[in-house]
Amino acid sequence: MIALLARDLRLAVRAGGGFGLGLAFFLIVTALVPFGVGPEGGTLARIAPGILWVGALLACLLSLDRIFALDFEDGSLDLLATAPIPLEAVVAVKSLAHWLTTGLPLVLAAPVFGLLLNLPGPGYGALVASLAVGTPALSVIGAFGAALTVGLKRGGLLLSLLVLPLYVPTLIFGAEAVRRGAGGLDFATPLMLLAAITAGALAGLPFAAAAAIRVNLR
Amino acid sequence: MSIWDYANPKKFMQTTDRLLPFVAVPAGLMLAAGLLWGFFLTPDDYRQGATVKLLYIHVPSAMMAINAWGMMLVASLVWLIRRHHVSALAAKAAAPVGLVMTLIALVTGAIWGQPMWGTWWAWDPRLTSFLILFLFYLGYIALWEAVENPDTAADLTSVLCLVGSVFALLSRYAVNFWNQGLHQGASLSLDREQNMADVFWYPLLVCLAGFVLLFLTLVLLRTRTEIRLRRLKALEARERMA
Repeated sequence: MIALLARDLRLAVRAGGGFGLGLAFFLIVTALVPFGVGPEGGTLARIAPGILWVGALLACLLSLDRIFALDFEDGSLDLLATAPIPLEAVVAVKSLAHWLTTGLPLVLAAPVFGLLLNLPGPGYGALVASLAVGTPALSVIGAFGAALTVGLKRGGLLLSLLVLPLYVPTLIFGAEAVRRGAGGLDFATPLMLLAAITAGALAGLPFAAAAAIRVNLR
Repeated sequence: MSIWDYANPKKFMQTTDRLLPFVAVPAGLMLAAGLLWGFFLTPDDYRQGATVKLLYIHVPSAMMAINAWGMMLVASLVWLIRRHHVSALAAKAAAPVGLVMTLIALVTGAIWGQPMWGTWWAWDPRLTSFLILFLFYLGYIALWEAVENPDTAADLTSVLCLVGSVFALLSRYAVNFWNQGLHQGASLSLDREQNMADVFWYPLLVCLAGFVLLFLTLVLLRTRTEIRLRRLKALEARERMA
């Protein structure tokens, strides 16, 4: 499993440059928003929590089809399916690799983007905490969507249609945590609910995703 | 004789062929009776005026929008566990009906909301969760369309339906947390003595029954179409082989 994780990480960092892409996309979204709504600090501060979360979500979506598509094309997914480790574990490891290459950089860079959007001071802790807790759920849910569409020729658009509605609860609790944090309120409740969604998704979705992959490989 | 006998497409076709008129005709009669009764023979509400009459379409369609998903969930489970093709086709047949029901509920709600709330749309929990349900239906239908092998499509959409159900429920309660609503509380529940004044209640009951029967009719009809389509494909394949 560790070998698989290392392989996926190496592939993400070296080949194709999927690694920095999500981060760059996030930066562009944050840079475009002030052009769209005007540079007033008050407005930006008010919409910053939502924009940051939606931006993180879209940046995550961007690299989802890479989770299984390349392995499916060159046949390594067939090998992984017949490997001694269960396919559920493969899905979990691949989601983890996806999170380490897109989710974790977003978490670490988020305060800088918060600065760009004039996020109020108390919001930074909530922003980092909610992204750290919530982005693993985005990766696992995305891995499930990628597993459903892996056999399709042009699955990209369908993937977003399938995955984005599944992201709604995560987005609601994540953005709510940041909004409360930015307003100086206690954000423990939405953060705990967000953690519950992440835990539930981590526990259940690898099984659903592995079932979908088995169907697609049949 | 068990319910699983109907998993045989031939048996299913025979039975539904005889059954269909007995579902379709009462559906038409009850809808006509309920809607005419509701539209012309009930008084206007003293606060809502004539807009109250949208109730007879809005409430049943909203109810069927949710129940259609429930039916798809059961049919998907049956397909995944017992692999009866009729079940998978029934789930496929129900999805567009559910989609249209959701759309009807959203549109009639907007038409009612304009004079009553002063807005076509508000980000109210119920409205939002119906919009999300609409997206789930869209994704489900799109996945059916996208996958070519029918068995693969049935498997994938069933898994999506299971996962989607969990997330649809989750979204339903998450939006409650997110925003307080304009929408009134549940108008219908089983544990109350009286849900509303009897003048409005009886025609609504007839409409509800009519919508249930309408849904049944459409699903049976569409399932039969799907089975015939499947047979036609098999015949074409055999012709090509010969």
